[in-house]
Amino acid sequence: MANTIISFEAVDKRYGDTIALNDINFELEQGKFYTLLGPSGCGKTTILRILAGFTSATSGEIKFKGQKINNLPANKRKVNTVFQDYALFPHLNVFDNVAFGLSLRKVPKAEIRQRVLEALRLVQLTGYDDREIAELSGGQQQRVAIARAIVNEPEVLLLDEPLSALDAKLRTAMQVELRQLQRRLGITFLFVTHDQGEALAMSDEIFVMNNGKILQQGNPVDIYDEPINHFVADFIGESNIVKGKMVKDYLVSFVGKEFECADAGMRPDEPVEIVLRPEDLVLTDVTKGKLTVTVDTQVFRGNIYEIMSHDSANNQWLIHAVHKATIGQKVGISFGPEDVHVMRFGESEEEFDARLETYEGEEE
Amino acid sequence: MKRFNPAYSFLYILWIVLFVIAPLVLIVYQSFFDISGHLTLANYQAYFGSGTYLKMTLNSIWYALLITLLTLLISYPTAYWLNQTKNKQLWLLLIILPTWINLLLKAYAFIGILSQNGSVNHFLTFVGIGPQQLLFTNASFIFVAAYIEIPFMILPIFNAIDELNPSFVNASRDLGATNWQTFSKVIFPLTINGVKAGVQAVFIPSLSLFMLTRLIGGNKVITLGTAIEEHFLVTQNWGMGSTIGVVLIVAMVIIMFVTGERRKKGRKGE
Repeated sequence: MANTIISFEAVDKRYGDTIALNDINFELEQGKFYTLLGPSGCGKTTILRILAGFTSATSGEIKFKGQKINNLPANKRKVNTVFQDYALFPHLNVFDNVAFGLSLRKVPKAEIRQRVLEALRLVQLTGYDDREIAELSGGQQQRVAIARAIVNEPEVLLLDEPLSALDAKLRTAMQVELRQLQRRLGITFLFVTHDQGEALAMSDEIFVMNNGKILQQGNPVDIYDEPINHFVADFIGESNIVKGKMVKDYLVSFVGKEFECADAGMRPDEPVEIVLRPEDLVLTDVTKGKLTVTVDTQVFRGNIYEIMSHDSANNQWLIHAVHKATIGQKVGISFGPEDVHVMRFGESEEEFDARLETYEGEEE
Repeated sequence: MKRFNPAYSFLYILWIVLFVIAPLVLIVYQSFFDISGHLTLANYQAYFGSGTYLKMTLNSIWYALLITLLTLLISYPTAYWLNQTKNKQLWLLLIILPTWINLLLKAYAFIGILSQNGSVNHFLTFVGIGPQQLLFTNASFIFVAAYIEIPFMILPIFNAIDELNPSFVNASRDLGATNWQTFSKVIFPLTINGVKAGVQAVFIPSLSLFMLTRLIGGNKVITLGTAIEEHFLVTQNWGMGSTIGVVLIVAMVIIMFVTGERRKKGRKGE
């Protein structure tokens, strides 16, 4: 790739006997918004810390524009970090916090002033330059932290769960703002989060991580629609996951019936797992439905009804329905072949991509 | 809410009245009497009118400053280094340990170490420099005083560094600061309260050191502490001794005020 700015090659990180990162390989391109997504303790923050230079990899290479930077100290790297707790210096006011990096580099005073005010304008904090940090709200502190990082014009901006301390409404607003800011600045963002909604809303590309490994990489739609395994399917969005069997290409059997599907390239009768997203399931009459379930509970969520139900084999089915159902009643659920996502056991990302290519080529 | 028990506050108030307020009142009261028991302002006139007392005051302040400075220069790097070590609580304990030993015992120990036949002079003779006059010099007085005060300086600084959020250091490095810039622009300003507490804990007691001036300094350094001791125990002029005490108390209040925490002003000129 021509525009590769950062690459990790076979990076491992161990703390004594515990393995924090296991064979991490990825490349980041210039000007894209990347997200490392995973539960806490999965190693996503460790990747960020290695990239920023706060800790070093046990083995493997970290490259910045093709140059190995494993041993480059943090203060020499062209990356800046927005910390989870913001780490704004409490003894400096907003202006001096944002100017910190520039004044270290002996940038002329007038230029510092102009660039700091511009950065504050970008994060919509014009007029806050002489405030003390303690006088700011959480959301404002968060913006100052972003301004302090972007004022240095880094090539890559690292964001370590910067929205986790904000309330839900502000968080959603900041997601949009961050995404817009990234587009305007045109620099690479590497965003760390455990919030799948945040990742789906903001990213060009998501890396789903668990237990120190990258499980799947792809754009939000691919990751949502084609989760590679149980963990990814469960972690990204809500899912109904049942065991099944691949009868032959484009035909899968689960809960004792056979269904059409859009997947192929597997062994006949291979055991698989089936993912059905709750919003893809449509409530209908028992006679028209592909499956018959009994409604257990129903929760009104404003835009949808969240319905929990079970089938005759006691599989749980979560359905997001536009219309109300009656608790205790039997209903039918229908879905299209495209809604049935088949996952093989233990398939790696490369195998998965290769298999997808074989049959997606056939169709054309 | 926890129920407030007035019995506890009674003990506290009793303590404050008996051991803080009453002695203060007595000292101020005494300072207005001369040696034969007449109410007078002569003690204050003598103090501020005579060059001897003012010189003594300046002397005390000067030596207290030297001691505090030396202590700070040694303590800050030590506290910083202690924080990086693995078993920092253990190392800290080893530094605090000597404070459990009586001051007088430590002073006598130093007489043994620094005297003509002491171990330091044995060593100097061994390496061919020959015995030197170490005891009863200003340098030895400052050295021993600093030795005794160091734990009181290290403790508050250690705590301040310990409480420093490590992501401030990371943030500073991330923004391009070298180790030294990180120290001078982030770590030191954010631990200044520990330094202030340490300065208070060292400077104020150093103003009135008297035993060390005698045992180690050989009475060449006369501080206000020595003067108070002389007035109370030798000349029996309690009024004059109390007057110096009042001056010392005022000096302490001034130091507390200067090094105390003040709220930073909200708006700072560009």
